[in-house]
Amino acid sequence: MRKMLLGKLGIFLLLKGLRMLTLLIAICFISFLLVKNSPIDPIQAYIGADMLKVGPEQREKIAEYWGLDQPVMVQFLNWGSALLAGDLGTSMIFRRPVAEIIGERFVNSLVLMITAWVLSGVIGFVMGVLSAMKKDTWIDRLIKWYCYTLASTPTFWMGLLMLIVFAVWLGWFPIGLGVPAGVLAADVTIADRIEHLILPAITLSIIGVANVALHTRQKLIDVLASDYVLFARARGERGFILFWRHGLRNVALPAITLQFAAFGELFGGAVLAEQIFSYPGLGQATVEAGLRGDVPLLLGLVIFSTFFVFAGNLIADLIYYAVDPRTRESRMI
Amino acid sequence: MIQNLHVRKKEENRFSLNRRQRKLITSIVAAILLLGIVVVGALLDEDRIATNLIARNLAPSFDHLFGTDWLGRDMFARTIMGLSLSVKVGLIGAIGSTSIALILGMAAATMGKVADRIISWLIDLFLSVPHLVTLILIAFTLGGGFKGIVMGLVLTHWPSLARVIRAEVMQIRSAEYVQISKQLGKSRGWIAVHHILPHLTPQILIGFMLMFPHVILHESAVTFIGLGLSPHEPAIGIILSESMKYLSAGMWWLAFFPGLCLLMIVQTFDRIGENLRLLLDPTKSND
Repeated sequence: MRKMLLGKLGIFLLLKGLRMLTLLIAICFISFLLVKNSPIDPIQAYIGADMLKVGPEQREKIAEYWGLDQPVMVQFLNWGSALLAGDLGTSMIFRRPVAEIIGERFVNSLVLMITAWVLSGVIGFVMGVLSAMKKDTWIDRLIKWYCYTLASTPTFWMGLLMLIVFAVWLGWFPIGLGVPAGVLAADVTIADRIEHLILPAITLSIIGVANVALHTRQKLIDVLASDYVLFARARGERGFILFWRHGLRNVALPAITLQFAAFGELFGGAVLAEQIFSYPGLGQATVEAGLRGDVPLLLGLVIFSTFFVFAGNLIADLIYYAVDPRTRESRMI
Repeated sequence: MIQNLHVRKKEENRFSLNRRQRKLITSIVAAILLLGIVVVGALLDEDRIATNLIARNLAPSFDHLFGTDWLGRDMFARTIMGLSLSVKVGLIGAIGSTSIALILGMAAATMGKVADRIISWLIDLFLSVPHLVTLILIAFTLGGGFKGIVMGLVLTHWPSLARVIRAEVMQIRSAEYVQISKQLGKSRGWIAVHHILPHLTPQILIGFMLMFPHVILHESAVTFIGLGLSPHEPAIGIILSESMKYLSAGMWWLAFFPGLCLLMIVQTFDRIGENLRLLLDPTKSND
């Protein structure tokens, strides 16, 4: 039985991997074509301010050096084979390998995103549970109102508000930058980093709460309307004990998987939050790459974010597969 | 049960309208409000936001409801114009995206297995990159500006609605009247137009209204980071990104009111969409 289960899991993973592979190849190809057709001239973007000093011959040299004078398909194959070898190219604005930049920035972003992810997940879950247990009371109405409002709040506006209140008025936090200005990288303490992390993380959490809370509320209301809860109530269980014994496990799983499946939105939120708080993460790099026409970096980021979203979805699927026996049963038929 | 009836009665006495009527009225009022903003925004001319260096950096007052910026432009007029622009861009984006969703959803459900596979794969493709990253990529490709942002919005918002429409069409497809119609020799196109499309209307309308807020929010977000509408347009995203420079000077009104108005617009659309769903969906109209 156990062996069969593992075998099934293997097939499941294999299929997922194959699908991911086709999607990834397509994304690479499409985004490559898109970027190739953009009106921004890569040579111009590379030269930047030195425009007057660079003559036509030098331009041709640069084009030749980067293979820009070859047909599009050849360029794609060159880029693709380099990609497979782990070489994402060199960023034009940072003048460093893209993989290195993404790796470095990802660590920063990861700290921010994990903090926001955990916070919004836990708070959202608690709010959803509270709201469902106290259905139709003022607590429920308050939480519902909060969630509906937050669901339509622009993330960047929330960030600006946080900046106004906590950084300008109260002066508790610095305005922007992931590390203090004028301090050597080696001297940056963990306390500094945390100080600069708090505001963006809170902004992302405040916004992220809504989805989980509303979803959990709906699920728990469904669970509370079931026969076994009715029976439990008839036995005299109430309040927290009732939730602990009959509700928690039923609503925790959907909430967790929902959180994992929301990696894409988390990334999008991080792009905006990092831009506002000038936090040196992946999101800020994406915006910079888009604004200043750094093609290799932009392509690398697109691919990386796809991996990121895919990892979230895969984990969500795996959790369902591993924890909820019903999904396995339906597979066996 | 009897208790419930009693409660219901009390409520009716107080409002003397049932829930359906109330929903209808709030939707109409909200729609009028939105239309008003678009009309007012279109009627306001450039003079209202002309540079007035005497009235710079004023805090909100009765003369300037939302204050003025560092060039003395009235923030209230700018905000209204920005909102009107947002609604317009949102309208174009949502109409385009809904059409794509309708066409692909219908095609996936009616044109056989291969088409279904391809379209499902396409939906997965668009859902597997973070939304904002796709938008940035498309806006970058088209060189930013109005065209870039609108194309980006149109091309990225259809997948989830296409899924809903596909599922809906699949359900209708297996209904008896469709089968009978097929037996009677009607063509695929005839069935699609006469049997399937009418059933989809509520879904499309609701999907369209619920897509609207997303489109508006994404537009302002992309404009905010600088890849969307050009800085000369009075868009909310532009207003907010400009305000960032003046925040540390304590000019909170530059960011607060425009954002709040955007939030209210988005919520109004959301409310109308939800109300429409309750009014048009027979399975939900009773709860």
